[in-house]
Amino acid sequence: MGMSVNSDPAALVPEITLLVSAVTGLLAGAWTPRERQGTIHVLAALATVVGLVATALAARQPDETVFGTYVLDTATHTTRAIVLVAVLALIALSRDTVAGHKRETEFVVLLQLGALGSIALAGAGDLIMLFAAFLLASVPFYALAGWAKQGRATEAALKYYLAGALAGVTTAAGVTILFGVAGATDYEKVADGISRGPAAAAAVGLIAVLAGLAFKAGAVPAHFWVPDIAEGTPPPVAAALTTVPKIGALVAFYRLLDTAIPAAAIDWRLITAVLATAGMTLGNLAAFAQTSALRMLGYSTVSQVGYLLMAVAVAGRTPLAQPALLLYLAAYALTNIAGFAVVATTHEHRIDRYRGLFHRDPLLALALTVALLGLVGTPPTAVFVGKLEIFTAAMDGGLAWLVVIAALNTLASLFYYLRWITPAFRPAEDDSAAVTPPSRWARAVALTTAALTLLLGIGSGIVLNALGASG
Amino acid sequence: MLSLIVFLPALVALALSVLPARLGPRAFAGAWTATGLAQLALVLALWTDLPASGYGAVERREWIPSAGISYHLGVDGLSLPLLALTAVVFTATAVHSWRQADRPKNFVLVFLALQTVSTGLFVSLDLILFFLFFDLSIVFMYFVIAGWGIGAPAREAALTFFLYTFLGSLALLLGFILLALAADTPTFDIPELAALNPLAGGGTYAALTLLALGIGLGVKTPVFPFHTWLPPAHTEAPAAGSAILAGILLKMGTYGFVRIAMPLLPAGWRQFALAFVVIGVISVVWGALVALAQNDLKRMIAYTSINHMGYVLLALGAAGMVSADNEQARQLATTGAVYQMVSHGLITAALFLLAGALHTRGHTYTMSAYSGLATRTPHFAALFSVAAFASLGLPGFSGFIAEFQILAGALTATPVATVIAATGILITAALFLLAISRMLTGPVRTPDAPGTPRPFPDLSAPELLSITPLLALATVLGLLPRPVLDVIEPAARTLNDLVAR
Repeated sequence: MGMSVNSDPAALVPEITLLVSAVTGLLAGAWTPRERQGTIHVLAALATVVGLVATALAARQPDETVFGTYVLDTATHTTRAIVLVAVLALIALSRDTVAGHKRETEFVVLLQLGALGSIALAGAGDLIMLFAAFLLASVPFYALAGWAKQGRATEAALKYYLAGALAGVTTAAGVTILFGVAGATDYEKVADGISRGPAAAAAVGLIAVLAGLAFKAGAVPAHFWVPDIAEGTPPPVAAALTTVPKIGALVAFYRLLDTAIPAAAIDWRLITAVLATAGMTLGNLAAFAQTSALRMLGYSTVSQVGYLLMAVAVAGRTPLAQPALLLYLAAYALTNIAGFAVVATTHEHRIDRYRGLFHRDPLLALALTVALLGLVGTPPTAVFVGKLEIFTAAMDGGLAWLVVIAALNTLASLFYYLRWITPAFRPAEDDSAAVTPPSRWARAVALTTAALTLLLGIGSGIVLNALGASG
Repeated sequence: MLSLIVFLPALVALALSVLPARLGPRAFAGAWTATGLAQLALVLALWTDLPASGYGAVERREWIPSAGISYHLGVDGLSLPLLALTAVVFTATAVHSWRQADRPKNFVLVFLALQTVSTGLFVSLDLILFFLFFDLSIVFMYFVIAGWGIGAPAREAALTFFLYTFLGSLALLLGFILLALAADTPTFDIPELAALNPLAGGGTYAALTLLALGIGLGVKTPVFPFHTWLPPAHTEAPAAGSAILAGILLKMGTYGFVRIAMPLLPAGWRQFALAFVVIGVISVVWGALVALAQNDLKRMIAYTSINHMGYVLLALGAAGMVSADNEQARQLATTGAVYQMVSHGLITAALFLLAGALHTRGHTYTMSAYSGLATRTPHFAALFSVAAFASLGLPGFSGFIAEFQILAGALTATPVATVIAATGILITAALFLLAISRMLTGPVRTPDAPGTPRPFPDLSAPELLSITPLLALATVLGLLPRPVLDVIEPAARTLNDLVAR
């Protein structure tokens, strides 16, 4: 893999497009009358499409490290693609919520900046870069959490911000310790340094950094903000916060452990496997009792990170690990957005209010079913193929016990997802109950993303080939 | 050709989904019946040019090449009879549903989806494709039970069904992954894995794989002790759902043993053959004894399913035990097992449809609530007696051919187990005769609503037209077994060779 270091900004077109679009949007938004702020969203969507095209072109180039700190490889390209598609879906999803809102432009600007941070997390090949990306992926999302300034959103945003501040400090401390041990910040050099330096100190530093990334990913034990954000903020915001930062954080998790930390010095496989077990189990246990669809989705995202971490735990031990992680991330992003989009469509937060949904809107009920059974991992949805790949990778990587735990957790998760699906197909109790008119944009996103999860599942062979999986 | 057979019902469902629901049950059930007949015709066309060995009508396209997964379909003598069974039972159920009053459109759509899934499973030659259909069969059957069962107990039974069989399917998935990883280049292709035989050496890995597959398929079959989901699921499901569940879905488990567990894990199968024999015999006796104790007609039929599926496992276990020089016995056992799947599918589907007819009239499955039906409803009584006799294995019906072969084939390998299993036939005979005497003979008594005698008419035309062909076919297969045996025997021989290598 001939890696060459260059400093050509042209290699960063997708990132630069996001940044320029965000800054332009912010400036233009200040001068645009409220009723025409929708144009900013159109511009943002166009910029996202440009970013996607640039990503597709960049993905044809050989792997390289630019500016000495930023790695351009399949993982980064895929993260770019997933994040940008998610941003596109979220812009559409938010239309009904943000149109005419007095902070309409801010929504999309913050979303783009956070997305940029998420992508930067994935590409970071250097500890300092990792921390910078962490901040970039955090600060815009703190603001986005408080964007609605109403109801419980403020409380959720405050909780998110405080937890994030703590995570930021921890990450900074961890980065410092790792730098102290290894004497370098470049991942490859860090790996060298750690194998020679004191392993115990390096382990402390690593755990501190991982705590920060776990916060970004919404992984146990730094997941406490997730249910509050999921329930307290408007569904489009919740969808963004539980989808976008996760993608970058998990790829960063993977890259850091795979390239910077020698498994011989610190047994990070065990640490990750334990985090994975805790995530899927605690997420599921907490989801059981929920009566709020959004809180349940929130806890479900916590458990999903558990499955995703399984791929990280076998990083470098099997060639299946990275394609499995990336495919699962893509599948998760689409499926999770579909779930939140259904709630955004109906405005119903309570699960029992979904009774009779099939009668009112059969297509939406089917989209809900595809999304939730998708999260369980039912074929032929994309998450099924992701799970299959991750299970295979973990088994191949010698973590069969983790696969058994994951299978049992999958079974357990079925229970609460079904609690939401089943009422939707029962006749409505009381037809006269006032039903809020459905949001049309959100509905379109729900149907599209649900359909895409099926397409991605069926077309996963092509995607996996592109992700560099080989038989 | 196979793709068409598999996806025809799904395509019809897609077309029907745009029609307005007010067209009523006849339009939808009619379209479903026509689809079933078309599918049946295609399967029969396939039957006429089945190759003497290997797979016929093979289709293979890349799906997920990096993981060794392909869209691979094909039929042989093990799957073709079950494919035909699927078309027959679904068509009969379609005819039965001509008067489906409760949301007929959605009812037909779900069943058409289930038909595609069931058909697809029996022709899958890729483990992941098999798993896809296996898992989706659970999802759609869940919707049948939860959607058209009655009230809260139905939803509870549906949930139990889903969770329990989903556990089985996850175990199966783990087993499949273990199988795929055992090959040098991971592959989920069934014929490839059978040829490679990566776990020929046996050992712990093979044992764990077989355990995972055994649990997965055992839950679905179901065998003792994984059977507890079955009786409530049957009791709460609508009659058509029960007929499909018992007639087709249970076969997915036993078919998995002959298609996957035995040829792909021959060493493990031979090593643990005794365990399967024991589980089979326990299922036979336990199912029969518990069925004997039931007063609920549907639960009784459900438990006899466990009994009948037990014979299949006994036969397959015995096939793994017989020494290499006794090929004749193994041949009898495996052929009998496949024959039993077909026979049980026809007879149980008929029994469940009859139970449904009873429930439509009397609103209860309690057998003691009925008496003297022979005089009140002679058609029902006649068909029920025929079905009961067929189910208990009377000569002249398909069940006899199947069970005779199974017991004759298993006798040399496991004489004790076979003798114990034979007592199951006696118990089943007793319980069916008891049911006949309780419900059909004696003074006429039917459950009435308080104060007002309910009309209790004999079987309607759709009921007669759906149940009679099933039983007629069971009789034909009992009298003229050769055409079907000729298809099964070569495939069974191939299977035995694979197990014995």
